[in-house]
Amino acid sequence: MSNTPVTRRGLLGSGAALGAALHGGRTFAQSSSDGAGAMTVEVGLTVNGAHHNLRLDPRTTLLDALRDHLGLTGSKKGCDHGQCGACTVLIDGVRKNSCLNLAMSCDDREITTIEGLGTEQALHPVQVAFVKHDGFQCGFCTPGQICSAVGMLAELKRGLPSAVTPQLTAAAMEVAEAEVRERMSGNICRCAAYPNIVAAILDAAGKA
Amino acid sequence: MRAFTYERPVDMAAAVVAIGKPGAKFLGGGTNLLDLMKVEAETPQHLVDVSRLPLARISEEDGGLRIGATATNSDLAADSRVRERYPVLSRAVLNGASGQLRNQATTGGNLLQRTRCYYFYDPSMPCNKRVPGSGCSALKGFNRIHAVLGGSDACIAVHPSDMAVALSVLDAEVEVQSASGRRRIKITDLHRLPEATPHKDTTLANGELITAVILPAPPAGGQVYRKVRDRASYDFALVSVAAVVEREGNRIRSARIAMGGVAHKPWRALEAERQLAGADLSDDAFAAAGEAAVKGAQGRGHNDFKIALAARTVARALIEAAAQNKA
Repeated sequence: MSNTPVTRRGLLGSGAALGAALHGGRTFAQSSSDGAGAMTVEVGLTVNGAHHNLRLDPRTTLLDALRDHLGLTGSKKGCDHGQCGACTVLIDGVRKNSCLNLAMSCDDREITTIEGLGTEQALHPVQVAFVKHDGFQCGFCTPGQICSAVGMLAELKRGLPSAVTPQLTAAAMEVAEAEVRERMSGNICRCAAYPNIVAAILDAAGKA
Repeated sequence: MRAFTYERPVDMAAAVVAIGKPGAKFLGGGTNLLDLMKVEAETPQHLVDVSRLPLARISEEDGGLRIGATATNSDLAADSRVRERYPVLSRAVLNGASGQLRNQATTGGNLLQRTRCYYFYDPSMPCNKRVPGSGCSALKGFNRIHAVLGGSDACIAVHPSDMAVALSVLDAEVEVQSASGRRRIKITDLHRLPEATPHKDTTLANGELITAVILPAPPAGGQVYRKVRDRASYDFALVSVAAVVEREGNRIRSARIAMGGVAHKPWRALEAERQLAGADLSDDAFAAAGEAAVKGAQGRGHNDFKIALAARTVARALIEAAAQNKA
């Protein structure tokens, strides 16, 4: 297969055959059914417990799929380069930048966005803490801050060290302001609401 | 972003075949590749997603550790054996990127990430690394973050990895697999100097996939990773130093030094290491080693400060490593 020139149609055919033979691997059947000649792929995404079947340009990031195809606009596009953290979601419970994931590479993952963390009637404890401590000003970075904080607190519980952890071999990680600031450095707040964000996270961790 | 096709092979055999397709590239965590595709500094026609290959394990091997290529930066830094025996590696990884990125970025991908030279990322500017023969915008441009060692008239970009600097003092090896077989490369031979062909970051052949990083038994002595950057967290190194110092009373039995942020590859300072072996323990000896480590360095204007900064950071890292290794 690798010795023959690959055309879009050829890849479609070989991909379908390959897909049938693989376990766990995945080749996406690609077609140009949008009429404009742009290639699209069928992608299944599980977001906040619900499964969705989407037809996407392969270039679609998870962030764009969430916002533009599923209407989940809580996750924000700040920089689109993994530098600001406004797009942070939980992928299989682990915090990641949704702008740096292709949607189709997430078809076997469980994605949780800010919309899936709590409800208006029953907010997630980290959401409650952000409200209580006024952990935001304009609010643009807040969904990413909260998703990141939820993932970060789970990392602390699992004993993951950070760059400021004094003893790498410590059995348990301390939930301290310096740790929270270091571990949340992937989430930028241009209003600089950091003192209240840190207070909210420490409170949510039961340390305030 | 240019159009591409995508597949996720189930095993290594399928992956090294799939990479033979025209314009194919391996996709690991994607934190750098996808970003580069957005600005079209990378334009793969086909992505071979290797992130689900069964290569994420970290296991004991010959007194050292075998780190699977898809082990994430977070998992590597948190591994209890790495934290106990190779703290310089854990510290280096934890000092890189953000929590979100470390959760996604892989060990193999970290080694193959590309420079953060802003001209490389800007398609409107000449860059020999992005478009061979187009020229280097950094030589006479803003070059504050650029190389002071090993640069050429074609490129003064630096390699951005913290992890690779630590791996250099640990004498790690990189295991690679291709359709024609498997081989091991010393970490210090993986990355290359730019010379006249800066578009090539590494000595890997087309189609070779990093499958593991092999750590030999940990070196004797104290291990330190010291990083100097513009921000306190989540920033690339202006200068970083990985140091190992083994003491014998008031003498230095052996020392190992590698620097990041100063060259196109992690820079092992072998002459400075030789100078320290057997020397009396003193701050002066470490300061002299720092000077030896930057011998021949050439500033390009905005980055002149890196030469003194690197020498002092080497000295400080050595002092800290020696203090850890109190007999």
